[in-house]
Amino acid sequence: MSSPTTTAPKPAQQLRKRRPVRPAAVVKNLGALLLALVFVFPVYWMFSSALKPSSQMLTKDPVFVFTPTLDNFTKATGVSNFWTYVTNSVLVTVGAVALALLVALAASFAIARMRFKGRKGLVLTVMMAQMAPWEVMVIAMYMIARDGEMLNSLPLLTAIYFVMILPFTIWTLRGFIAAVPVTLEEAAQIDGCTRGQAFRKVIFPLLAPGLMSTSLFGFITAWNEFAMVLILNKDKSAQTLPLWLTEFMSAFGNDWGATMAASSLFAVPVLLIFIFLQRKAVGGMTAGAVKG
Amino acid sequence: MTVHSQGAMTAAPQDAPHKPAGRPEETASPTGPGPTSPRGGRKSLPSGWLPYLLVAPAVLALATLLLYPLIKNVILSFQDINKIEFIQRKYPFAGFSNYTQLIGDADFWTVVARSFAFTAANVALIMVLGSLIGILLNRLGKKMRLVLSMALVMAWAMPIVASVQVFKWLFDEQFGVMNWVMRSAGFAGYEQHNWMQTGLSTLTIVTVLVVWGSIPFVALNMYAGLTTVGAELYEAARMDGANGWQTFWKIVFPNLRPFFLITTFLEVIWVFKAFTQVYAMNKGGPDRASEILPVFAYVEGQSQAHYGLAAAISVLTILILVVVMSFYFRLILKQEEEQ
Repeated sequence: MSSPTTTAPKPAQQLRKRRPVRPAAVVKNLGALLLALVFVFPVYWMFSSALKPSSQMLTKDPVFVFTPTLDNFTKATGVSNFWTYVTNSVLVTVGAVALALLVALAASFAIARMRFKGRKGLVLTVMMAQMAPWEVMVIAMYMIARDGEMLNSLPLLTAIYFVMILPFTIWTLRGFIAAVPVTLEEAAQIDGCTRGQAFRKVIFPLLAPGLMSTSLFGFITAWNEFAMVLILNKDKSAQTLPLWLTEFMSAFGNDWGATMAASSLFAVPVLLIFIFLQRKAVGGMTAGAVKG
Repeated sequence: MTVHSQGAMTAAPQDAPHKPAGRPEETASPTGPGPTSPRGGRKSLPSGWLPYLLVAPAVLALATLLLYPLIKNVILSFQDINKIEFIQRKYPFAGFSNYTQLIGDADFWTVVARSFAFTAANVALIMVLGSLIGILLNRLGKKMRLVLSMALVMAWAMPIVASVQVFKWLFDEQFGVMNWVMRSAGFAGYEQHNWMQTGLSTLTIVTVLVVWGSIPFVALNMYAGLTTVGAELYEAARMDGANGWQTFWKIVFPNLRPFFLITTFLEVIWVFKAFTQVYAMNKGGPDRASEILPVFAYVEGQSQAHYGLAAAISVLTILILVVVMSFYFRLILKQEEEQ
């Protein structure tokens, strides 16, 4: 295709037909394959070590071919109070996400649909709160919790996680609500709905996918949190899975198989959610960052 | 999602197209359910208390669990709290003594230098490699692109605590794969090489972990950004005989400049406070030699029982972060205005 070398907008071109294989393309594809292997290897190694019989685990040279076994998982989940950790993790994350959704729905509706004094300030606050350096605030949080007799408290941990994910939740929901045309709401109100009913019957159903993905992101954040629970909950009965995972080695000596099984169990829900959400995760930032 | 509170989580999420500001809204009927007279035309704003009622819970939550701890942190940094005061719960005022003690402490400056070096190394690697992989993604065929992006998503999705365990296992002294790789590649001295022997070596492993986990965010977003640049621009550049290097600097970079800046600031913030990766790897050891600022604060407070000092370290760390964040927000706000 010859075209004048101007930058004048050209009519949309046909996609170029693929050329016969060139050496450059081979290099490119091999490079990509190698990179894919590098990125996936730690994940593969986690699962593979988790399924490896212990006899083939501690060898000078790694064993790549073996008959998989579930022994390591049995060992990992057989730890005393394993289910306490699971229950705590689930309670804390689900509680935090549910709270965040409720509180954020109200706030983001106000921000997206109403104008009031202090709205701009609130938007700025939410944006800044999104970047809050929680990991650096643990000492202060510890002192507050201790002086308020709230160490080893799951409700406090839930509340902290709720505030951690709240700004992000408000911010994303605000976007989703703003995307619903106001005319829909107005039409509902013309048909005799109150504003509250219009929200419930018109906006809320349209928000379902947004609520879903937003809450999953919140879930991941709370599920993975480590610094706060590390400093606040020294008592095993109030700890969550990330601590179980990091304490594992000391409890198990050098049992890498069981440690990898534990890591796999912890990571699988997150990996699944991510595969499900990957489209939403990518492009979110750039959509705002690149002039189209 | 890695350095980042698993990265994506804190990335500015997609914002739906804005409505033009200043658009009048339907009046709210502040009386909950109950029939209101349907209105055709729009009236001016629902003022009154409804919006305040709606945002109150959020504001209250942020005030009690975010603002208050931040203030408390500053107060603590001006108090003298060590083991005895901690037990007696009496916190005497100490003026600036925590700060002067820190500034006069060589160890503190070592940690500061280490934090900056660690952040610089990580962010440089993440941005350069991430961009290159993003460009590669853009040039691959459909199948290979899917393969590579799935691999990237896997690395991105791994929870930090889980990936730290995996990396400890990969770099295990006796049975780790890395020592085997080094031996197979013909390097001597990797029979039972202890990768956690020094602070530098420990932080190198943390760097590999952080870079591995953070590249996907940059690469996939870079690729998403490249697709917006438009094929005809590349085509035109190619026609004009530009090589890859020129194409990048003349076409890609100017178009993606905001992306590069914003991503770099985000990565700086995330890496600088990478507490979990460093602490879970080796608790800041060996002998406190791999501590970066947030870990330093934690260890000073928790293990050494110097709570006031730890609070002062936190305050200084937060101040450094605030400087970086202010750049980031200026950019974001400029973006907002342009849209």
